[in-house]
Amino acid sequence: MNDVINGQMEVVYHKPETLTDTPMHYCPGCGHGAIHRILMEVIDEMGIAEQTVGIAPVGCSVLAYHYMNVDMQEAPHGRASAVATGVRRVLPEKYIYSYQGDGDLAAIGTGETIHTVNRGENILMVFVNNGIYGMTGGQMAPTSLCGMITSTSPYGRDAHHVGYPIKITEMIAQLPGAYYVARHSVHTPAAVRKLKKAFKASFEFQKQKKGTCFIEVVSNCPSGWKMTPIEANAWMEKNMLPYFQPGDIKVPAAMK
Amino acid sequence: MSQIIHDEHPILMKGNEALAEASLRAGLQAYFGYPITPQSEILEYLSEQAPNRKDTVVLQAESEVASINMVYGAAGAGARVMTTSSSPGISLMQEGISYIAAAELPCLIANVQRGGPGLGTIQPSQGDYFQATKGGGHGDYHIVVLAPSSVQEMADFVFDGFRLAEEYRMPTMILSDGALGQMMEKIYLPKDGSLPKSEKPWATVGKPKSRERNYITSLHIEPDKMETINIHLQDKYRKLKKEIRFELTNVEDADIILVAFGLSARICSKVMELARAKGLNVGVFRPITLYPFPYEALASYADPMRMFLTVEMNAGQMVEDVRLAVNGKCPVYFKGRMGGMIPTPEEILLEVEAMAEKQRITNQSAGYL
Repeated sequence: MNDVINGQMEVVYHKPETLTDTPMHYCPGCGHGAIHRILMEVIDEMGIAEQTVGIAPVGCSVLAYHYMNVDMQEAPHGRASAVATGVRRVLPEKYIYSYQGDGDLAAIGTGETIHTVNRGENILMVFVNNGIYGMTGGQMAPTSLCGMITSTSPYGRDAHHVGYPIKITEMIAQLPGAYYVARHSVHTPAAVRKLKKAFKASFEFQKQKKGTCFIEVVSNCPSGWKMTPIEANAWMEKNMLPYFQPGDIKVPAAMK
Repeated sequence: MSQIIHDEHPILMKGNEALAEASLRAGLQAYFGYPITPQSEILEYLSEQAPNRKDTVVLQAESEVASINMVYGAAGAGARVMTTSSSPGISLMQEGISYIAAAELPCLIANVQRGGPGLGTIQPSQGDYFQATKGGGHGDYHIVVLAPSSVQEMADFVFDGFRLAEEYRMPTMILSDGALGQMMEKIYLPKDGSLPKSEKPWATVGKPKSRERNYITSLHIEPDKMETINIHLQDKYRKLKKEIRFELTNVEDADIILVAFGLSARICSKVMELARAKGLNVGVFRPITLYPFPYEALASYADPMRMFLTVEMNAGQMVEDVRLAVNGKCPVYFKGRMGGMIPTPEEILLEVEAMAEKQRITNQSAGYL
């Protein structure tokens, strides 16, 4: 890693082989780029890329297979965990992950999410929660905070009208099939390090066939929230994290 | 169509179970399904047999939506995979079938049709002909549709279905109905393990360093790329024409040709027998592949001296294709029952006799007789 170039500069940071050279389409400051990078870095460092199959969702990360240099399938909206189940059941020895946003996993795909975890499918489910439908232009998501203004809640989310933001991660943690459930973020270097550890632990549990590992990443949407990247991260920390509290939600004894 | 090798000894089996047993013998690697009458025996049979088959996974999903998406995943990973359902459940699967067709993955789907629309009835129907043969989901696509008319064909078409699905990389549907699913007949099962495996270099099984990553998608944002994909699909559907299959009985000398598929075709065989006993020259044209449809073969029997009667257990769906094929060259009549009702040979015979009378009068006035 620390190659010395020209006897002067050394490489301290480089792109993992598990990321392609395709420029990402994500908006400036969006968390997806960092989350992709961390996930693929873990796969690279663990040396499991050749045994890994990923499932991309519908939403902003629909094109994840253009960036992630592993075999991948792109699932219909909400169905990533069902598609992942299909792959998992015919490739029992491979590493399988799904990658979904909040609308995909916690609205249209709620049924698949719950039943996949309930079966304890031996996969890693990555859930990126930024409280908005980014790809379709900033509509209210199942995880939009109360009072949050979006294009379909222009007067702010009214819980009496559309319900409260759903804490699906806490819900699925109740299921016996869930082995390891945690919530993290990527807005600070310290948060990135914690997320990386969680991804790594998830793949290790998967190798031991422990069941579903479910990692929520609370993220931002500068474009949808109509903020600069710095404002978005500050808003996320102030408003999203108190409601979607980071940390371990269900931890196996082996990790305690 | 390839030759299927059968067991030497026959066995008495229910249609749904024959289909299930044939799928195991065809080297089924994964089955995902959800209970619905009148096809639940397939899921039950496979669940019972799964422990004896270490290379087959059988999983009851939480819905038909989940089933078809599990099929999508497993097919993408290179497995020989099947799901089965009945009409309302097949409707739920249509989005997934569109994705599978677009992503060009092989899979087998059986629809043991029941009467509709809506929740309808659990009695047999052919009401899903349009849905099966015209695409069913969104966008321009087709799937191969095979229509069995016996328990033997419920088993055989599993082998044909997997072969077609894998050769053309597209979903194949066995369009059956509740009567064929539930009836018992003596059949010769296809021999275990006699369906060769096919190469699937495109499957997502983990990317070795030696190749680029495989990815399966139906998303092509640029319209020119998406049009290219569509052109490719349409080319494939044209090539599929060489797989057209149909069965002819006594059509050469027939004045009246009954056109029917599946269970209706069986009933029409009886009608033909009754009509011939009364001295009427009646034959049966049975389309076996409903997609691709035997337009040209049907057209070759259309001449002004003949009449066609299409018989279906629906309000008149395949009859539209029969009329397209015949293109006005001879009259095409329709007899249908709906909502789970099965037409009797006698009621169809009445139609045939009425047609024969019209034919006699026409011929007389034209001075042919």
